[in-house]
Amino acid sequence: MSLPEPSRRDTRLDHYVDTYAERTHGLQVSAVRALFAVANRPEVVSLAGGMPNIADLPRVELGASMDRLIQERGVQAMQYGAGQGELFMREHITEVMAEEQVHAHPDDVVVTCGSQQALDLVTRIFIDPGDVILAEGPSYVGALGTFHAYQAQVVHVGMDAEGIEPEALRQAVVSLRAAGKRVKFLYTIPNFQNPTGVTQSIQRRQAIVAVAKEHDLLIIEDNPYGLLTLEGQPMPALRSMDADNVIYLGSFSKTFAPGFRIGWALAPHAVREKLTLAQEAATLAPPVFSQFAISTYLEEFDWRGQIVAFRDMYRARRDAMLAGLAEHMPEGSTWTTPNGGFFVWVTLPEGLDSQAMLPRAVSARVAYTPGTAFYADGLGSRNMRLSFCFPTPERILEGTRRLGEVISAELEMNRTFGIDPGAARHHDLHTGPAPDIS
Amino acid sequence: MTETQHHGPIVVLSGGLSHERDVSLRSGRRVAQALRDQGREVIESDLNAGLVELIGGLTDPVVFPLLHGGVGEDGGLQQVLKLLDVAYVGSTPAAARRSFNKAIAGPLVAQAGIATPKAVALPHDMFRELGAAALVAAIGERLGFPLMVKPARSGSALGCTVVHSAAELPAAMVGAYSYGDVAVVEEFISGTEVAVGVVVLDGEPAALPAVEIRPQSGVYDYTARYTAGETRFIVPAEVSDEIAAACASLAITAHQVLGLGTLSRADIIVRPDGEPVFLEVNSSPGMTETSLFPQAVEAAGTDFGVLCAALVDAAWAAHQR
Repeated sequence: MSLPEPSRRDTRLDHYVDTYAERTHGLQVSAVRALFAVANRPEVVSLAGGMPNIADLPRVELGASMDRLIQERGVQAMQYGAGQGELFMREHITEVMAEEQVHAHPDDVVVTCGSQQALDLVTRIFIDPGDVILAEGPSYVGALGTFHAYQAQVVHVGMDAEGIEPEALRQAVVSLRAAGKRVKFLYTIPNFQNPTGVTQSIQRRQAIVAVAKEHDLLIIEDNPYGLLTLEGQPMPALRSMDADNVIYLGSFSKTFAPGFRIGWALAPHAVREKLTLAQEAATLAPPVFSQFAISTYLEEFDWRGQIVAFRDMYRARRDAMLAGLAEHMPEGSTWTTPNGGFFVWVTLPEGLDSQAMLPRAVSARVAYTPGTAFYADGLGSRNMRLSFCFPTPERILEGTRRLGEVISAELEMNRTFGIDPGAARHHDLHTGPAPDIS
Repeated sequence: MTETQHHGPIVVLSGGLSHERDVSLRSGRRVAQALRDQGREVIESDLNAGLVELIGGLTDPVVFPLLHGGVGEDGGLQQVLKLLDVAYVGSTPAAARRSFNKAIAGPLVAQAGIATPKAVALPHDMFRELGAAALVAAIGERLGFPLMVKPARSGSALGCTVVHSAAELPAAMVGAYSYGDVAVVEEFISGTEVAVGVVVLDGEPAALPAVEIRPQSGVYDYTARYTAGETRFIVPAEVSDEIAAACASLAITAHQVLGLGTLSRADIIVRPDGEPVFLEVNSSPGMTETSLFPQAVEAAGTDFGVLCAALVDAAWAAHQR
């Protein structure tokens, strides 16, 4: 095959590269994200993702139920719906929220495409570029992505084993406003926080609500895991302490199944109206068939019993992870002990960088999420989030064993090269280890 | 070409367990689609426990490996395909092994009179046994700064760091060792970055037009490689005809010295004085939407799918001989 003389081509392989909105900048392929492609292989014990384990749902019975739904009510279920969500769905949502002492009227609920969309809509209606959002440090990576998309400035507030420190919250609000910043809201996950697994104590909740009220600071309470408590009873929601100043976000993704993509926002009347209009602009209506399906599930199945079964299953996995960590983590490592949810937050021995160590971990067939993913400001290099929700207890034990070997090898490598244990490996002076909250 | 056209199924292999799995999956999807567009029968497969059985159950298959890094590029997979006596696109096991290991390929190419960076390949055990401080100092004295530190067996710039001082070297070494047991430290060559693809269809290697790489960030790292818009590509490279010919000659020589098969891609820096310097060669070059090899093919006026099909036919014809 002969190759003809070429003509010169000058390209960046994206015709629209100079056309994108400013908020699109930074949406890039990353090596860390690419490494997670390996984590999906069965040989790898992935402690990275946050997928709920839904294998034990009564799928045969659900199938029959869905079959009846389509045959008997399919014409409505597969039609367009209301922007705010179907009334029957919102009524069911109020029943679910009552389990956490949130008493609300269905009119104040807006159904969304997962609570992620609720977060998007809330950010959309409140945030102008440059506005400040306060969030726990560390915070949910998906929320940080949403905030980034709306060009918000995220300022992390210190936390300890009981959650956000109220005094740190107060100081942040006061100092930022004194500096002329528009501080729009506090984003917080009070129960089994993603990524730390930390739960706010009742006293802490009261103090946070009080500080927010005192400084006229709106609270966005994200509560996807609240019912998945592994010890004791669910804690009262922040919304139950202040109905006027809290927007509450909920989800069926963890208590039933994420594939239906149904979440919600509970908001004061005026906010709810704007959320509904924003929802209509974004999607016309949340998925109608999913609302029928979830309502059918709530009506025909023992959903409370299923949550109890989920708790038992997740408890065994959490216990396996804590046992594995205790057995295999090298000296100098610490971690949180969550009372529910999906995650454990590990602080590595000094001098280690979880992101730089990830390729070694992937080679050893274990994956985790580096701590820097959960900070908007580059902190978290010494941390990692481990998920216990998806692998079996046996695989979790094996994963922690592999992880222990990886960390030990990395420590050995640092010793060989005399890397200062007090220094993070990042070249950016503003990055480094995050506070140890375990 | 018609009389040697392959008519059986083509197994496009991608994925695997290397750090470049994601890139490989993208390469595989692109090649599979290009072959289907040529009317070929394509089966896409990951590198997994079902592969041997899959190939064994096919009549007259040709395997097109698009695996980057790990056993897909270090000769391991090629050894298995030889063992199974199945036709495949690419290089012999020995050639793949030679080219994948930068610590071996560089010196071999240098022996053929091609300019290469001064380099040293070091297993991490060496630092432990001899003491890192002394070795780091010796590297700095011998090679000077800036330096490039990279894993001996990896691709896509993963684990690569430019080091400007002795103080930065230990961390860069640890970063490279995160990807494997041997790291290569070489003098940093500045100049125009180009890549030259080589194809062998009628027995003689032919160089594709050089692709010039101008990353917006200044560094052609993983993000610059695989995010459309992050790098400016100029094909053929904006160099003189003489330099372009020298680059083509270098790529063909490297291909031949390493004994590579039907395709390869050489990565080259053209110094300000016009001398091309060989950095490394890939026996399984990336075929993604932002990869260099397909751009060179298209710049040569050849349809990418036509070339993929021709590579399959060449592999089939070679297997029949």
